[in-house]
This record gives sequence, C-alpha cells and structure tokens, in this order.
Amino acid sequence: MKLGRTLVPVVSFVVLAVVVAVVPSFVSEFRAQQLAYVGIYLVAIIGLNVLTGYTGQISLGHGAFMAVGGYTTAILMADHGVKDIWTIPLAGLVAGTAGFLFGIPALRLSGLYLALATFAIAVSMPAVIKRFEGFTGGGTGINLFGIPELTASLTPVEIFGRSMAFNDWLYYLSWSIALVGYVVAWLLLRGRSGRAFRAVRDSETAAQSSGVSLARYKTLAFGVSAAYAGVAGSLFAIATTYVNPDTFPVALSILLLVGVVVGGLGSLAGLVAGAVFIQFLPSWSQEVSKSPGAPSVVSGALLIALMFVLPMGVAGLVERLRLLTRRIYDRSGS
Amino acid sequence: MTALLELDGVEARYGPVQALRGITLEVAEGEVVAVLGANGAGKTTTLRAISGTVRRSGRIVFGGKPLRAGPEAVARAGIAHVPEGRGTFTDLSVLENLRLGAYTRRERNVRADVDRVAQWFPWIRERSGQQAGTLSGGEQQMLAVARALMARPRLLLLDEPSLGLAPMIVREIFRIVRELNEREGLTVLVVEQDARIALRTAARAYVLEVGRVAVAGTSEELQENESVRRSYLGY
Amino acid sequence: MADFLQQVVAGLASGSIYASLALALVLIHRATGVINFAQGEMATLSTYIAWTLTVNHGWGYWPAFVVTLAVSFLGGAAVHQTVIRPNEKGSVLRVVIVTIGLLIMINGLVTLIWGGEVRAVESPFPAGTTEIGGVAITTADIGTIAVVLAIVALLWGLFQYTKLGLAMRAAALNPAEARLVGVRVTWMLSLGWGLAAVLGAVAGMLAAPSVFLDPNLMAALLIYAFAAAVLGGIDSPIGAVVGGLTLGVGLNLIGTYVDFVGADLRLPVALLVILVVLLVKPTGIFGKQEVRRV
Repeated sequence: MKLGRTLVPVVSFVVLAVVVAVVPSFVSEFRAQQLAYVGIYLVAIIGLNVLTGYTGQISLGHGAFMAVGGYTTAILMADHGVKDIWTIPLAGLVAGTAGFLFGIPALRLSGLYLALATFAIAVSMPAVIKRFEGFTGGGTGINLFGIPELTASLTPVEIFGRSMAFNDWLYYLSWSIALVGYVVAWLLLRGRSGRAFRAVRDSETAAQSSGVSLARYKTLAFGVSAAYAGVAGSLFAIATTYVNPDTFPVALSILLLVGVVVGGLGSLAGLVAGAVFIQFLPSWSQEVSKSPGAPSVVSGALLIALMFVLPMGVAGLVERLRLLTRRIYDRSGS
Repeated sequence: MTALLELDGVEARYGPVQALRGITLEVAEGEVVAVLGANGAGKTTTLRAISGTVRRSGRIVFGGKPLRAGPEAVARAGIAHVPEGRGTFTDLSVLENLRLGAYTRRERNVRADVDRVAQWFPWIRERSGQQAGTLSGGEQQMLAVARALMARPRLLLLDEPSLGLAPMIVREIFRIVRELNEREGLTVLVVEQDARIALRTAARAYVLEVGRVAVAGTSEELQENESVRRSYLGY
Repeated sequence: MADFLQQVVAGLASGSIYASLALALVLIHRATGVINFAQGEMATLSTYIAWTLTVNHGWGYWPAFVVTLAVSFLGGAAVHQTVIRPNEKGSVLRVVIVTIGLLIMINGLVTLIWGGEVRAVESPFPAGTTEIGGVAITTADIGTIAVVLAIVALLWGLFQYTKLGLAMRAAALNPAEARLVGVRVTWMLSLGWGLAAVLGAVAGMLAAPSVFLDPNLMAALLIYAFAAAVLGGIDSPIGAVVGGLTLGVGLNLIGTYVDFVGADLRLPVALLVILVVLLVKPTGIFGKQEVRRV
C-alpha cells in the first residue's frame, strides 16, 4: 500500500532526527566528534548511493571529489576570508561541476572500466594537488586552525541560546546537513529522475530504447553524487581544520565505496550503518589486535566475510527482517 | 531393442516458471526419435534436462545406469548435446572447435578423428584454420554436429537444427543425420519445430504440450493421423 | 645514441615486469571477468616467500624461485575456489569489494608476518654490463627481459598447443558450451587464477632487487600494470605484453628526456595513460569492440 511505503521511511527518519538531536547530551565530547565524522561520511555516501545504487555506476574515486570540496573550502576560508558555513554550498557546487564534467567522458565506460578510471583519479589526486602548489599550498597544505572564519574554533558559539563548543557544533552541523541531504536525495529519487536512474541501472539498452536520455541521467547522477562528496569534503576540512594532499587518500575512496556496499544500497538505515562502519572500522580492527598489520588483516577478512554473509549489506538484512515480520504478521492475522 | 535413454517423470523449472511437468519418454539404441511441439512446450528444456544444463528432478537412466546431473558428467557418459544456436566457439578456429569436441576422449590421435569426421563434412578439411564465427549458419550447424561426432557419443542430442537456416540446408543436415544413423548406428534425439522434416527422418516422435507428453507414436502413425497433424504439428 | 639505447633497454626491462603483471590481470579478466585489485599484493606475498626461503632457510635463488612459483600457483587457484567463485554470480560491485578486501588483508598479512621494514634484496643476475653492438647494457636488464619472455613463451605454448590450454580458452570464452563438451569450467578458471598468480610472482621477484622489498612493493607496480593492460586491451594477452613494453620504454624515455616530468611524476603519467585510453578507446590497442547482447 502506498501509504505504508511512505510511512516507514518517514517514521524512521523522524526517529533518527530525534535521536541525533538528543545524543550529544549523553556522550562525551570525544564521542561527539566521532559521531560528527559519521555524519560527514553519511553525506558522502548518500551521494555515492545515488550513483552506485541507483544508476549502477561504480566509483572508486569519490575521495577525490571530497578533496575538491575540501580544498575549495580551505582556499575560500584561508585566502578569501569566507566564513566556513558559506563555503559549504560553494564546495558542493564546485565538486558537483567537476563530477558532472567527469561524467561526460565517463559515459563511454561501464562497470569495471569505470571503476578503474575512477581509481586512477583517486590515486593521482594527491600528486595533482602537489603539482598546483601556488593554489593549494602543495605538500604543506592549508591550515585552518584558529582563523576567525572557522566557527566555534576559539570561542564557543551561541545557537538558540545554547552555548556549544567546537565538537558539538560540528556534530550538529554535519548531521543537519546529512538529514537535509537525505531528504533531498529521497525526493530526487522518488520522482521521474529516480525512475530514470533505476532504469539505467537495470538495463541500459532498455532504458535507451524507451526514450530515457542515458547521457543526461548518467552525468546528472555523477554530478549529484560529486556535489554531495564535495559538501562532505568541505565539512571534513572544517572538522580536521587542516588540509593537505594526504587528507583525502585512496583509502578514503575505497572506504566510501565499501561503506555504501556494506550499508546496503538504498535504505536510510543501511546508509547510516555504512557511515558508522567507515568511521569505526579502523578502531574496531585495532581492538582485535594491535600488532602491525593485524588491523588490516581483520578489516580485509571482515570485508570478505560480509560479502558472503550480507551481500545486500545491512539494508538487505533489515529488508529480510521486515519481510519476516510481515509474514509473521500476515499469518497471525489470518 | 533395449532402451538407451529413459526419462521418467522429469520436471524442470526456470525460477518460478515450471517448464517440464513430468516428461516420460525413451529412446532405444540405434533409433532416431523426434521431440515436437509448439514454442514453449518444453522441447529445448527436455534436452537441457538430459544434458544437465538446467536443474531437473525425476529419473533419467542412460545405458542402464542413472544419469548424473551436470553437463560435464553427462558429456563424459557419452551424450553429445548440440544446443540451440549451435554452441559454436566463435572465436576459435574450426579445427579447435573439433578438438574441443574430442575433449572427453583419452586417445591421442585427434588427427584421425578429424579425418573420420571430415568424411561427412568434406569442406572442413580445407577450412580447418578459419575462425568459426565467420562460417555461415548452415556451416556452423554442420560444424556443431561434427564436433559432437568427435566425441564418439552413444547418444546425440540435436536441438532445433533447422533454426535460422534455409530449407535446402535443413534438408541436407537431416539427410546427414539419417545417414549417420543408418551407416553408423548413431542414436539421435532431435528437437524440431519443423515437424514435417523431423517425421521424415525419425522413426518415432513425442509431441509435447505445456511441459508434458501429449501424443506419442511412430512417425507413420503421427503423419497419418489428421487431427494430430492439425492440432499439434501445424500442417 | 648509446645513452638512448641504454634507456630503451632499461625501459624494456622494467616494461617486461609491467607486462608480466599486466598479463596476470588480463588472464584473470578474460577468464572470470574480474579485475583483481589484489593482484599486486598477491605478488608481494610471493616475493616475501621467495625471500624467506633464500635468506632464512638458505636456499639458492633459482630453486626458491621455482618453488615460489609453485606455491603461488596453488595460492591463486585456492583464492579463486574459496573466495571468488561463490561471488561470481553476484554483482560486479560485490566482486570488486571482495578483491579490495583481499588487497587489504594480504597487505596486512605481509606486515604481520614479516614486519614493515624495507629490505634490500639480492639480484639473481651478476652485476655488471655486457657489450652488445657497442652499447653497454646491464646484465640484470637482459636477464629480466629473458626470464619474462621465457615464461610468456611457455604460457603461449600452453594455450595454443595443448589440450588443457584449449580447454582454458574455451572455458573463458564460452563457459556454457565448454561444459557441454565436458570441460570442467570451474577448474579451468581456477587454473587461470593460478597462472596469473605465477605471473605476478615473477613480476614481484624480478622487481624486488631494484625497488626494494617492503609491504608496498607492488602498489605502484600495480598501477603501471593496469596502465599497460588498459593500453594493450584488457582482454588481450598480446596487448598486455606490448602495452607493458611500450609503457616501460615510454615512461623511461619521458622520465629521462622530458624535464617537466622527471622521476617523480612517472606514476601520474601512467595514470594519465589509463584515463586517456579509457576515455578515447576503452578497448585498448588490441582489444575488440564489445558487442552488447540485448
């Protein structure tokens, strides 16, 4: 029933929003900072989900788009005195344009070729950043700590009569953007664009022959997902208060894709799970063993195991549980 | 004549669609038997069930022993399946296709086998280096049969040999099938849309409808029965 | 002029190493349609095994070489059977994640077992140069090219002239039809992975003396191999070899004679190659245009 399908996502969204609003009062500052990063990753993978989950294009290069957003913010703040919040939409715009422009030649690539091409971009990004020193500060990077454009960095900020230190402010900033971003993506995917996206994923030839302009939707998907990554990168720069070529390494691009797949393409719960996974996987792996190399063994093995056990990600698990409860409900009802 | 191949209550499905609902038929050694019926009746699926290309349930006995599932095992048991669409290795040469046909055989002298097979298809000798994908449809069909013969099979499964071919070529292929059967005693189970030519070559036939055997009998019986011809065979 | 020829030969030597790893990637892609992101790490692991045999157990270089190849073969086949095969029916994305997981895991495993320090490795070839046509060429370069060519020739012979090689090609090209003639397709694919692992091990063992042995030995090499495979055509073995040699020579010459690039930017140039080829002619020099079956 249509109402049922809209009801569940709306309810889960509201629940999440409430939880998000309340959590910082119960956790330490350090935890709040960690959760802020979860919010940032969530923004990035909401966008990646549009690309990979809906149009089926694989990107191993979204860390590079985050870098574009992050550096845009850093340059605007450090060199042009723009306040941090205002740089965020600009970062998204710049990254989105870059993504859209990349999407045009990328049209000719599919599946693994696209994965390879995006992987190449991710690997070359640090070198490219270093090359354009004059602009990006080269290997030394750009330091944002303590500059006046950075909100709440030196003195707490006042919002709605509540005084917030840097980490709490960061937390609310990233999560509000994440939640808004999710709604925007949801609306985008429900409409005509969403159906077109899915048509592209399911069968390119069929979509093309039924009049869906392949080019338009594939590049649109790239642009949108890059914009989200750009916003995430911008938040990342604000959070770490420092950018240099190693802030956005290849590992990040890989982790983003892993987060989307582990979370499961599609549902909000899945995406949140994916973001949590990205943030906490390194520390979980370290908890198992701190010997050099061991955390990687654990992470890698975990990844492989997850592909066996939860091929559809956490979202798939949630979906299976949902079907199971519905079956139980139906049986008891009749 | 003993039954070389027996199917008893064989079922098969493609996902939720039940394609075979209990096929029972048999082929005796040295016979040519045809499987006829409209599109979607389950003819091709029957051959696939035998060769193990589709998962099936029910009993299949070959040469007195239960037939193991799985195409590799079936090939090793001595059944050669020429699938719908010929199954040609288009990127490989004619000779390589033939060598692959002999894959299950242990003997080393493949060259002699090629000569043996080339007797039936003389053009093979001249064109052995040609890329198989560049052959015409009829030539690919003949190559597919030749490849099957390389395995010295006890049973040949032929799926829709007439598909996409000109009538003259179809007649040629069925002539070769008949000669193979008469001269070498090759047992053949052939699935065909073109009932007329199939019945002229086969001794017996089964007519399938919606996954079951609707009518069975000798070719003469089926050809003479007007109502069967009209309802099931289309002429 | 002599200088130029020396650079060309040196480029051919490094190029043959890229070619070996590129050939591994191509083999796997042809057989199973997968791009094995973990190919480099598997090669690193093989190289460490060879190193351990020679240094910690006192084996001679060439016996260790051969045994390492055998172990790598088994390892590659095992990886296919256990980890790849169950995921073959899933989406492309799933397999990508699995090979990435392998990459991370094997990289960590190497660090865990042998530690992260950088080690110097002895070259199996005598130091010094040989004079050919008035040009002094290092013996190591000749040796490298010879070893790779020998292995490539052996593999070529296997694929073109043996029943097994024919079966492997058939299994990769038309798995369904291959089953019908009795080919055990899954075993053939595992064999393909095993051979690819052998090629990777060769690349690693030949590269180690000059690039030094550490857990990230193959990271850059993998990128060069990708570039070579893409340049030559990701489904073409000849393309991998030609692509590798071309890339090796090209990078060496550009690095030496174009000041803008220098030694640092070789990697980005290789990446540029990947991008340009993928965007201009995705199927590479020798690749065939993929026909989309509807």
